[in-house]
Amino acid sequence: MATKTYGGVAVEVDDEGFLKKAAEWTPEVAKAIAAEVGIPTLTDKHWKVLEFARTDTASQGQSPGPRRIVASAGVSMKELYELFPKGPGKLVARVAGVPKPKACL
Amino acid sequence: MKHLLILGAGTAGTMVANRMVKKLPQKEWQVTVVDPDTTHLYQPGLLFLPFGNHEESELVRPRAATLDDRVEWKQRTVLEIDSQARSVVLDDGERLAYDLLVIASGSRIRPDLTEGLLGDAWQRSVFDFYTLDGAVKLRDALAKFRGGKLVINLVELPIKCPVAPLEFAFLADEFFVRQGIRDEVELTYVTPLDGAFTKPIASKRLGHLLHEKNVKVETEFAVGSVTDHELVSFDERRVPFDLLVTIPTHTGAAFVERSGLGNELAFIPTDKHSLAAKGLDNVFVVGDATDVPASKAGSVAHFEAETLIENLERAATGRALASTFDGHANCFVETGGGKALLIDFNYDVEPLPGKYPLPGLGPFSLLEESKLNHQGKLAFRWIYWNGLLPGKPIPVPAQMSLAGKEQPDAP
Repeated sequence: MATKTYGGVAVEVDDEGFLKKAAEWTPEVAKAIAAEVGIPTLTDKHWKVLEFARTDTASQGQSPGPRRIVASAGVSMKELYELFPKGPGKLVARVAGVPKPKACL
Repeated sequence: MKHLLILGAGTAGTMVANRMVKKLPQKEWQVTVVDPDTTHLYQPGLLFLPFGNHEESELVRPRAATLDDRVEWKQRTVLEIDSQARSVVLDDGERLAYDLLVIASGSRIRPDLTEGLLGDAWQRSVFDFYTLDGAVKLRDALAKFRGGKLVINLVELPIKCPVAPLEFAFLADEFFVRQGIRDEVELTYVTPLDGAFTKPIASKRLGHLLHEKNVKVETEFAVGSVTDHELVSFDERRVPFDLLVTIPTHTGAAFVERSGLGNELAFIPTDKHSLAAKGLDNVFVVGDATDVPASKAGSVAHFEAETLIENLERAATGRALASTFDGHANCFVETGGGKALLIDFNYDVEPLPGKYPLPGLGPFSLLEESKLNHQGKLAFRWIYWNGLLPGKPIPVPAQMSLAGKEQPDAP
């Protein structure tokens, strides 16, 4: 099992860098992952999206797609792409410390 | 007389109606289904129809022939659910009271939710194959296709039968080889996810299929709009096409939206283990209509039905609900050339290699191509009409088993 240190915290990650345990996530971890994926600063809007992704994943058992994020996190689709450029579904999940969106295969 | 009311007579609703009418005491309970369509469609056949492998008539049966004589069928559209009054309002104003309600109204494609998808090119160079009409028109278009860019695009998840778009790509490869024009056709699979295969073991074992069949993959592509010749993503990437096979956004039924019961896609918040509708008494949800994180597939509806039937009996007699549904799905995946894969998984366990249903013996191979898997997929149509829908016992356990599966090495 690979371990990486983000924001001074050692966390378990899978082959693609997604956190294995959502409980190991902290805001400091999020900031460090964000920097790694090319988002230098997390604004209030970023945090709103990340918080929604975390609570929604905990209650639904799967990470939310872009439409669900837009419907509930108070950002437009355009904003979501500006906040998390190229593939917001996957990037949001990575920074929020939840599994990446998957199909059944 | 008490009333079990079932909204929708697709795979899930029909199966549940036919089984509950045999379980509940007939003198005390009336089982009623509401569905406006006069025919029942065998949806798995829609994958093959565009390639000329099925006739339309083979895929439909009169609704009445699929329902037990003791089930009352209202051929009407639901206007809305009034859960406060424990009743359902139909389009002609009739109110049906219920003691137990099952929402089995499925999912439907919504090309209207993507800008430009229903433009001039709709059913001229842009087709779906998730409706009978769409699949038939696509068959006619494929028969005339002489080469160019064929793009298969899944707009967003969830969709029903999530493997069907990939199966379509594999069958299209085979179809064009057979037509002798494979070299003239560029096949591209465009997905909003980060790969055609997204689970680690499946990716490793099956990634080669796309290469072998020369299917290009465009990933993390979220369609913002469609013109008559290209897909445009929200981040301004473009994929040109001569023929587009789209799998549009899916939503639940219109009455779910009207009743204010659904999520952003009109799928109903449902307890993922008991199938009770969240926040509503005596209301259950089954099949594609739920928001549970399982595949929208007939096999899932079948396995869910086992838990649901148990829970309807419990609710009818005032007992606590069982939380036994594990997200089990079991799907044959066509790979072309008369072969198929079989996958078996649940909420927690990804598709693994091995043998199914008998450990070590099979006869079906998991996560591996075989001709027998393909025969299994074809044979399933008979089982569907003659076993599954009438509610006869199918010798496959409802909960997923790890027996016969090869587990990855522990870390």
